[in-house]
Amino acid sequence: MGRMRTFGAVASTLALGTLAACGGGGPTSGGGKISDDKIVLGVITDLSGVYSELAGENAVEAVKMAVDDFKKAHADDAVTENIEVVSADHQNKPEIANTKAREMYDREGVDAIFDVPTSSAALAVANVADQNQKLFFDIGAGTTELTGAQCNPYTYHYAYDTYMLAQGTGTTITDKGGENWYIIYPDYAFGQDMNKSFVNAVEGAGGTVVKSDATPFPNDNFSTFMTKAPGLDPKPDVLGTMQAGGDLVNVVKQYNEFGLREKGIDLAVGLMFDTDIASIGVEPLAGTLFTTAWFWNLDDRAREWADRFQERTGERPTFDHAANYSAAMQYLEAIQRAGTDDAAGVNEELNGLEFDDFFARNATIREGDHNVIHDTYLVEVKNKDEMEEESDFTKLVETVPAQEAYMPVEDSGCEMG
Amino acid sequence: MESLLQQIFTGLVSGSFFALLALGLSVIFGMLGVVNFAHGAFYMLGAFGAVMALDALGLSFWLALVVVPLVLGGLGMLLERTLVRRLTRLDPLYNFLLTFGLALILQDLVRLKYGVSSQPYQRPSQLQGSFDLGLFNYPRYQVFVLVFSVLVSVAVWVVLSRTRVGMIVRASTERPELTGALGINVGRWVTPVFGFGVALAALAGVLAAPMRAVNSGMGGDLIIVIFAVVVIGGLGSVFGSVAAGYLIGMLTAVGNYYVPALSQSLVFLLMALVLLLRPAGLFGREEGVS
Repeated sequence: MGRMRTFGAVASTLALGTLAACGGGGPTSGGGKISDDKIVLGVITDLSGVYSELAGENAVEAVKMAVDDFKKAHADDAVTENIEVVSADHQNKPEIANTKAREMYDREGVDAIFDVPTSSAALAVANVADQNQKLFFDIGAGTTELTGAQCNPYTYHYAYDTYMLAQGTGTTITDKGGENWYIIYPDYAFGQDMNKSFVNAVEGAGGTVVKSDATPFPNDNFSTFMTKAPGLDPKPDVLGTMQAGGDLVNVVKQYNEFGLREKGIDLAVGLMFDTDIASIGVEPLAGTLFTTAWFWNLDDRAREWADRFQERTGERPTFDHAANYSAAMQYLEAIQRAGTDDAAGVNEELNGLEFDDFFARNATIREGDHNVIHDTYLVEVKNKDEMEEESDFTKLVETVPAQEAYMPVEDSGCEMG
Repeated sequence: MESLLQQIFTGLVSGSFFALLALGLSVIFGMLGVVNFAHGAFYMLGAFGAVMALDALGLSFWLALVVVPLVLGGLGMLLERTLVRRLTRLDPLYNFLLTFGLALILQDLVRLKYGVSSQPYQRPSQLQGSFDLGLFNYPRYQVFVLVFSVLVSVAVWVVLSRTRVGMIVRASTERPELTGALGINVGRWVTPVFGFGVALAALAGVLAAPMRAVNSGMGGDLIIVIFAVVVIGGLGSVFGSVAAGYLIGMLTAVGNYYVPALSQSLVFLLMALVLLLRPAGLFGREEGVS
C-alpha cells in the first residue's frame, strides 16, 4: 500500500499543478534635456521559451541595429552620442515582466521599453509604464486591450493585434467565398480573444461560424476536431485555427493526415510567424492563408533591410524583429526632433504622426488610442517549387489598407487619462 | 452514432501512446520502485531520435522504429547503472528528484541544440492516405499506430506471463525479498527492465514523430497524464496500465467532442474517483492486505 500511496501522491500533486496552472535613478548630470545625458532602450522579451525564436535575442539585435543606424544617420547632429540597449528575459510571465519593467525604469535609467510578447505580460508592463510615466512600445503581444480599456498615454501598440489578424484573414476569406467556418482555439486569453475577433469578422462579412470549439492547452491530439469538422452541418469551407507554436504544428500535421483539404475544407491560421512555417515545413502548409504585419520578401525596401539583418544575425527576420527596429527608429527620430527624451515631449512628436518606412506602410500613430496602424497583408504559404531561397515562405494575396485593417478608434473603448 | 464510433476510434489511437508510455512507467516502478519522472523526456528523445536518424544517417522511419528504442534503451541502462541504482535504497523521493532533474537536463540539452521550434518529420510514404474502415475513412498512419501498439502490448504481456524471464520479473516486482530468498538474482534484472521501460517510451516517441509536434517540450506536457493513467490502471499491473491507457484515450476523445472545455480535467477527475473508491487502481490488487 505504501508504494501505491507514494505514486498516488505524486500523481495527485502533479494533477493539481496542471489544473491550477490553467488558471531610483542612475547617475544624474545636468545634461540638458536628455535625462542622465543618455538614452537607454530596454527590450523585455522571451529569451528562453516558446517565443524566443520569433522574438527573443534577435529582437534585441534589431533594436541595437536601429541604434547603430540612427547614430550613423545623425553622426554630426545627434541629440546625444550615448545610446544604450539593455535587455531582460521575462519568461512570458506577467509578474516577472512587471518586476523587470520596474527595474529598468527605476534603476537602469531606461527611457522606453520594447517588444514584450505574451498579452498578460504586455498589459503588466503597460501598467508600470503608466505609473512611471515612461514610454512602452508593445510589439510582441497581440491583445486589443492595450489600445482599448487598458490604454494609457505612455503605451503604444506597434505591430499587430487580434482584431487586425481577424480582419485580414476572416473578412477576406469570407469575401472570397469561404463562408462557413469551423474555428478551434486554445482555451486561454489570447485564444478566446482571437475567437471573438474572428467570429465578429466572419459574421461581419456575411459568413457563418458553424461552430467554434475551445481546445485544451497545450494539446498534442486534435484528431477529435479533425474528424468532427466534415460532419458539421452545414459543412464548413474553412477550418480556422487560432493555435500557436507546438499546438499549431500538431493541428497542421493532423489536418493533413485527415485529408481535410481534399474534403473541401481549407485551412486558415490566426497567427503565424516564419519560424512556425520553418518548423512545420512548407509542403504541409502550402496554400494556407494568414494575415501578417509584414514579411521580409514583401518588396525591395523590405528585402534591403532583411539582407542587412541577415548579415548581422545570420537569419531572416520575423515581423516582430522588423517591428522592433522600426519602433526603436521612430522613437529615436522623435527624440531627435523633440530635442528631449522626456516622455511628454516625445509623445508630442509621436501623437498623430504619419510616416512610412520599410516595415510600416501608410502608417499613422493614432492619437486617440496609440494604436500604430499600417497596411497589413493577407499572404499564402508558397509551394516548394515557388520558393527562391530557404526562408522564402510567403507570397502576397492582398494588401489590407491601414484604415480598414484596424479597429476604428471610436470602437476601441480607449480613454486616455 | 457514427461520429461516436469515430471518436472512440480516435481515442484508441491517442490511447496507444498513453498505453505504451504507461506500460514502461509501470514496469519500471514495479521492478525498481522508481517514479521515473524522466519518462516524458525519453519519449521526447525517441521522437528526436527519429528526426536525427533521418537527418544525419538517412535512416527511414522503419529502421528508426527499431534502432532508436535500442539506443535509448541502452542509454536507460547506463543511467540506471550509474545514477538511479545509487538511490534505490533511499526514500523514493530521492529518485523522483533525480529523474526530475534528468528530465530538465535532457530537455534543455535538446533545446540548446534545436531551439524551441518544432522539427519537421514526414510520414513514411507507405502510410500516406487513408483506409476505408466501413463506417468511416481513417488516416493510414493512425490505424498503423493503433495496430502496432496493440501488438507491442500483447507481446509484452505474453513475455511477462508465459516465459521464465517474465515469471522472474513478475516475481521480483511483487515480492523482491521472497524471490531473492528462492535463489534468484533479482538485481540482475533491474538494469534490463529499466532499459526496457525507457525503450518503450522511445518507441512511443518514434511513433509520435510523424503525427505530432517534435519539440523539447513534448514530453513534459504528456507525462502528467501518463502518471494519472498508471494510477487509474493500478500500479505494477501491466494489463491495467495498457487498458487504462486506451480507456483514457477514449475518454479524452469523447470528452473533446462533447465538452471540449472540460476534457483536460476529465482524466484527473477519474483519477480522483479511482483513488477514493479503489485506491489500488481499476486493475490493481490491494497490496499488503495481510
